[in-house]
Amino acid sequence: MARAVTNRRKLIVTVAAWAVGIAIFFPILWTVILSFKSEGDAIKTPLEVLSSAWTFESYATVQERSNYVRHFWNSVVISLGSTLLGLIIAIPAAWAMAFVPGKQTKNVLMWMLSTKMLPPVGVLVPIYLIFRDVGLLDTKTGLVIVLTLINLPIIVWMLYTYFKEIPGEILEAARMDGASLRNELIHVLTPMAVPGIASTVLLNIILAWNEAFWTLNLTAAKAAPLTAFIASYSSPEGLFYAKLSAASTMAIAPILIMGWFSQKQLVRGLTFGAVK
Amino acid sequence: MGRITLDKVTKSFGEVNVIPPLDLTIEDGEFVVFVGPSGCGKSTLLRLIAGLEDVSSGQIRIDGKDATDMPPAKRGLAMVFQSYALYPHMSVRKNIAFPMKMAGLPQDEQDRRINAAASALNLTAYLDRRPGQLSGGQRQRVAIGRAIVREPSAFLFDEPLSNLDAALRVGMRLEIMELHKRLDTTMIYVTHDQVEAMTMADKIVVLQAGYIEQVGSPLELYHSPRNEFVAGFIGSPKMNLLRGEVAAQHGAATIGVRPEHLAVSTSEGQWPARVGVAEHLGSDTFLHVHDHGFNDAPMTVRVDGEMPVKHGDRIFLTPDPSKIHRFDKQGLRI
Repeated sequence: MARAVTNRRKLIVTVAAWAVGIAIFFPILWTVILSFKSEGDAIKTPLEVLSSAWTFESYATVQERSNYVRHFWNSVVISLGSTLLGLIIAIPAAWAMAFVPGKQTKNVLMWMLSTKMLPPVGVLVPIYLIFRDVGLLDTKTGLVIVLTLINLPIIVWMLYTYFKEIPGEILEAARMDGASLRNELIHVLTPMAVPGIASTVLLNIILAWNEAFWTLNLTAAKAAPLTAFIASYSSPEGLFYAKLSAASTMAIAPILIMGWFSQKQLVRGLTFGAVK
Repeated sequence: MGRITLDKVTKSFGEVNVIPPLDLTIEDGEFVVFVGPSGCGKSTLLRLIAGLEDVSSGQIRIDGKDATDMPPAKRGLAMVFQSYALYPHMSVRKNIAFPMKMAGLPQDEQDRRINAAASALNLTAYLDRRPGQLSGGQRQRVAIGRAIVREPSAFLFDEPLSNLDAALRVGMRLEIMELHKRLDTTMIYVTHDQVEAMTMADKIVVLQAGYIEQVGSPLELYHSPRNEFVAGFIGSPKMNLLRGEVAAQHGAATIGVRPEHLAVSTSEGQWPARVGVAEHLGSDTFLHVHDHGFNDAPMTVRVDGEMPVKHGDRIFLTPDPSKIHRFDKQGLRI
């Protein structure tokens, strides 16, 4: 009897999990479906939408009207650039805080996180003016700098948690075994930290890829990434559903594919510390 | 070679003084155990010798050479940690080879030593596994193997058996003692377990709050503890410490009688008492007796396992007069 109850509970939990999963995935699915419909069909009721004819029309129009490749390239440069720059700053920072903590380490970490609590719009005007004066508006360099600063607290926190998990005794063992600081880093620390660094990199690329506030406000044409590409198809009248969907699908496709292939690494990164 | 001398060594962490000035000499080939309650500074002392912590003042000499400011790698010591501290991303073979690789030993010499260590520690079948695939006892053997291949001038053990279950602990204890007999190398072993200290040591160093309470062979500490602390710490079950009139009768502030030095009778004896809880170990029984009229704490008595006593029985205790330890007001042996 106990077995039957377990099975029923298992069934309920499975159905509930699928329901939540589909609810979360539905907007993306609907976007993809709409992108293959004509502009006229896309605003009909859901049932009519599903039964209407499929077409590549929107993709063709979007390709014609705007330069996907240029936006794509900007997104790649901005997300990879800000991630790389972030890592260069964050690895030594997290390393120092994890292995040589001082009295203020906890406070420094909290202070860094507190910068994420400020609404970005609060600093938009000063940053805009500074960027205008130093000529960084609508440049990839400018966006790399801004996105690095925006995501730096998260990178430092993630790396800090990972480094913290590496037992100090293992590093001490390496020192006892005659390893110089260089050998300790190369042979012991780095191999143990690689999974953590990889998840941090993946998450940060996704965050930077999807960041819209700063990329929209600080770019015009030259440095605009895919977020600006999507935004150019959204209009208050809502008349370009199909094209907007096609643009969105093209914008999220690369990151979705990357996420799919690295999901194991990502899930480990996002739930790190939750289960030991 | 492995003579280690500590000369007026101190260690403080900020305001907290963990090790007051401390002198100690460890002779070549000795098995020395640092024992004491947690927080007594025994692990800190070991880490000072290892070089993992810097001394605040004083000097550490290894084989006559000043090692005070040497980095751990240069001291020629090997350490076995409580958590094993194996490199999780390397196979057992690579773990054991790591110190030799760092020292730049030729490959055939490395292989020779790995094979010798593996066969001595029953690890030959596991050389290509990762530490994660091994049991606790096997991991500890790998850690020991990694220490052996360096042929260090001394081994440092930091509570190496604490993470193992009781049965394994006894086995590993014997293996480490065998190893010491075979290698004849200095070993310094830190533990909070006085049974480990008694069974393994040539010389025990009892520490409390950074101070050395007594240094001596296990039996010296058992038979003539220098003060009340050592008397209470060494020996299992603990020595009974009695104060007041009964101590005054012996011309002391406190007297101590070990549980095994009290004779028990149901008819006559010096001190009447009542049996509380009895712990039957089979060969022996430990009686916790109350109402003995000295102080509130129960006394412990060790009797033969066959003795027919039960909870609530009236009994009489008679101490062996030659085995009464006397201590003055400061707790020092008289």
